[in-house]
Amino acid sequence: MTKSREPGTIRRRELLAGVAAGTLATLAPLRVSFAQEAPRRGGTLVVGHDSLRHLNSAIQTGNSTGVPAAQLFAGLVEIDGDFNAQPYLADSWTIADDGLSATFHLVEGATFHDGAPITSEDVAFSIATVKANSPLGPTMYGSVTTVETPDPQTVVIRMSHPVPFLLQALAPALTPIIPKHIFGGDGDIKVNPANSAPVGSGPFKFVEWEKGQHIILERNENFFRKDLPHLDRIIFLTFDDATKRRLAITNGTAHYTAFSGIKFADIAKLQEDPGLVVTTEGYAALGPTNFIEFNVRRPPLDDVRVRRAVAHAVDREFITQELHHGVSTPLEGPFHHANKYFASDSLMRYDYDLDKANALLDEAGLAPDADGIRARFTLDVPTFHPDSMRTVAEYLRPQLRKIGIEIEVRISPDYATWGSRVGQWDFDITMNGTWNNPDPVIGVNRSFLCDSPRKGVLFSNMGGYCNPAVDDLLNKAATELDETERHRLYAELQALVTADVPLVWTNEEPYMTIYRGDAVQNPPLGIWGAMGPMDRVWLAE
Amino acid sequence: MQALANLGGRLLSALVLIGCVIVFNFLLINIAPGDPATVIAGEMGGASEQVLAEIRAAYGLDQPMLVRLGTYVMRIATGDLGYSYYYNDPVADLILSRLGPTLLLLITGLGIAIVLGVWLGVLSALRPDSPFSHLVTVFSLIGYSAPVFWTGLLLIILFGSAWPIFPIGGIRDVTQSGGPLFHVFDVAHHLVLPALTLGAVYTAQYARLCRASMLEVLKSDYVRTARAKGLRTSVIVGKHALRNAILPVVTIIGLQIGQMLSGAVLVETVFNWPGLGTLAFESVLRRDYPTLLGILVCSTVLVVIVNMLTELAYRLIDPRIRAAGGAG
Repeated sequence: MTKSREPGTIRRRELLAGVAAGTLATLAPLRVSFAQEAPRRGGTLVVGHDSLRHLNSAIQTGNSTGVPAAQLFAGLVEIDGDFNAQPYLADSWTIADDGLSATFHLVEGATFHDGAPITSEDVAFSIATVKANSPLGPTMYGSVTTVETPDPQTVVIRMSHPVPFLLQALAPALTPIIPKHIFGGDGDIKVNPANSAPVGSGPFKFVEWEKGQHIILERNENFFRKDLPHLDRIIFLTFDDATKRRLAITNGTAHYTAFSGIKFADIAKLQEDPGLVVTTEGYAALGPTNFIEFNVRRPPLDDVRVRRAVAHAVDREFITQELHHGVSTPLEGPFHHANKYFASDSLMRYDYDLDKANALLDEAGLAPDADGIRARFTLDVPTFHPDSMRTVAEYLRPQLRKIGIEIEVRISPDYATWGSRVGQWDFDITMNGTWNNPDPVIGVNRSFLCDSPRKGVLFSNMGGYCNPAVDDLLNKAATELDETERHRLYAELQALVTADVPLVWTNEEPYMTIYRGDAVQNPPLGIWGAMGPMDRVWLAE
Repeated sequence: MQALANLGGRLLSALVLIGCVIVFNFLLINIAPGDPATVIAGEMGGASEQVLAEIRAAYGLDQPMLVRLGTYVMRIATGDLGYSYYYNDPVADLILSRLGPTLLLLITGLGIAIVLGVWLGVLSALRPDSPFSHLVTVFSLIGYSAPVFWTGLLLIILFGSAWPIFPIGGIRDVTQSGGPLFHVFDVAHHLVLPALTLGAVYTAQYARLCRASMLEVLKSDYVRTARAKGLRTSVIVGKHALRNAILPVVTIIGLQIGQMLSGAVLVETVFNWPGLGTLAFESVLRRDYPTLLGILVCSTVLVVIVNMLTELAYRLIDPRIRAAGGAG
């Protein structure tokens, strides 16, 4: 359990042409489409969801909090299907040509759920809170020097250098607008009781939360988007267990579930249910990627030939088609295919070829001993994405034995055990996964920058990979405002890291959205999916 | 006077026991790898060094373990169970809100087990070679051997999916609303499967136990005398035999309350029942030390109290103990 979070505990994905066309065609049969019908007001949407810590997504990131929090809190902008910002709490904005300041104008008359007006002060407070408390805060807002509030409707963000991903960071999932008069008191915001019963700014208001059981939200009658939301209430029912979540969606207890965590083997059965829509759409902004991570501090894993040998010994076709029942998509580089910087042509690819793998190991000087063993490693397995991670780990043991590498698989009983081992760099090889997030600076840099690793900090290049040329590319792209140039830089990056293979990418984590097609209309399937507002969702009678 | 001294001694040893439980559990859980900050950060999708340090500072996790143990023991002595790292709520509130559902489940499960177990045991003892008696033996064996989570999942699949007449989890249906009567019915509806699951194991045990001890008692002289007097079977069984035959069952019930609490952890987790068991399970996974320790303290107290009550029940059922106690 312990749910996801990065991968903290959960699971899924999105698609594009090419790579996943086959999988996708079967995965996303949007059988019911009432798009032209007028939305119906009213009704209660029942969502199958995880248990979670609290509802303040400014200080608790991850999808467990993020899904209900996106209903409670609005953001300055909303991101559309093409990764472009659209008005939300800000109805207009301008970014200076030098990229060092951005001015946002807030919609008139927007109020928090307690009736207090949403002002520029609240926006400044929210950005400061995220910067100080979110794990992504320093990356997203490290270069923000001041947030000025010349009048209640105007926010000016000033930066020490251009931040090409600023608008992405201002999506509700990453920077929710929270009320300063509730969260801005003297006490530590981490223990503010309002975290569990927040006054929000979004389309739905908090009603009640029985921890581990359910969360009830109701329509915000004074939502600043006129005539929205369509729904009267959203109820989140807690089902941490995959079997129960599947039963809840099949027996009609729940209408909708995202990040479902339902076992891959059961997905096919759900697709046969004519009442259900099963899709991997709605996770493009997260871009969940899974990989085998090497601790390159430990010889012989510091030798790129050894890492390449492993890459050649991994049959992605077998992993995604057989082990993952055709549900997941092969991954060959650091970018999820739905990411706008994914550069298929730049990747150095490793075809499944045991002879090449053996040759590389010979070249690296790893001669087989009397038992035919060239090297012995431990392989750690986290608790999240069990259908992806454990299956691949168990497959790797006999598979790598074929090239003379003996693996001892260490399956962690819980998240904390894995986290403390790997976080202390006490591992040879580990299964792992990260989210790309909507911009590489927010989600990808941490896996490759030389100064990223910190003991005790997970998802931060724990393997200790360092290539100054990679650092150079990432740092340039981080402040580059020209999109064409950024694409070029990230394409080059993909070529470099796939050549170095500090990670052997295996598959995109197939997060699943499952809903009752006859009931749920206009479900949230944009790039942020369920972590975006559900104000336009409606229920057919 | 001596009874009072007895009671005093017992309370004292109970307090010492609870103290040991606190210290032992505190050390044990701190030996487990990883800390709450890792878990909290994990659910955030990773964290910066600074965020981790802040989380640790906010909950006092940056202090050495012995200092934390000292602080914890001092706090407990004043009745303060601390603050949950994970849920950001006072532990006492969390436990209180979960105690009701757990007691409801335990008492219902136990009720089912006692009534059904004793009834089956007695009936099969009366006709020890009948097919019914053999059926009870087989049922007991299965019920006793099947792990509760398996029984639970089986019931969920049978009655939550294949023939969906019961809810698959939780304690009430929040999508419906109604009066108090509806509420009672709703909770009862949700209680059926978990209570049956928990009850099944113990029904099996009590049936076996009761059958064996009833068979023994039925052979005794006083039962023969009662029969010779021409008393009806129902009177012999109900008034004379059962009273003696049930003593071992009562002993076992008392001894098993602690075990039942741990059974409840599994049943509650399987059925998402909002009790102490689910809370304990979640706390272990999340390294939520204060909550877990709070639950352990409470369950220790509960077991100690139940043991005292068992003794009391003994005195009520068996006049010999009453007499011995009075004389002593």
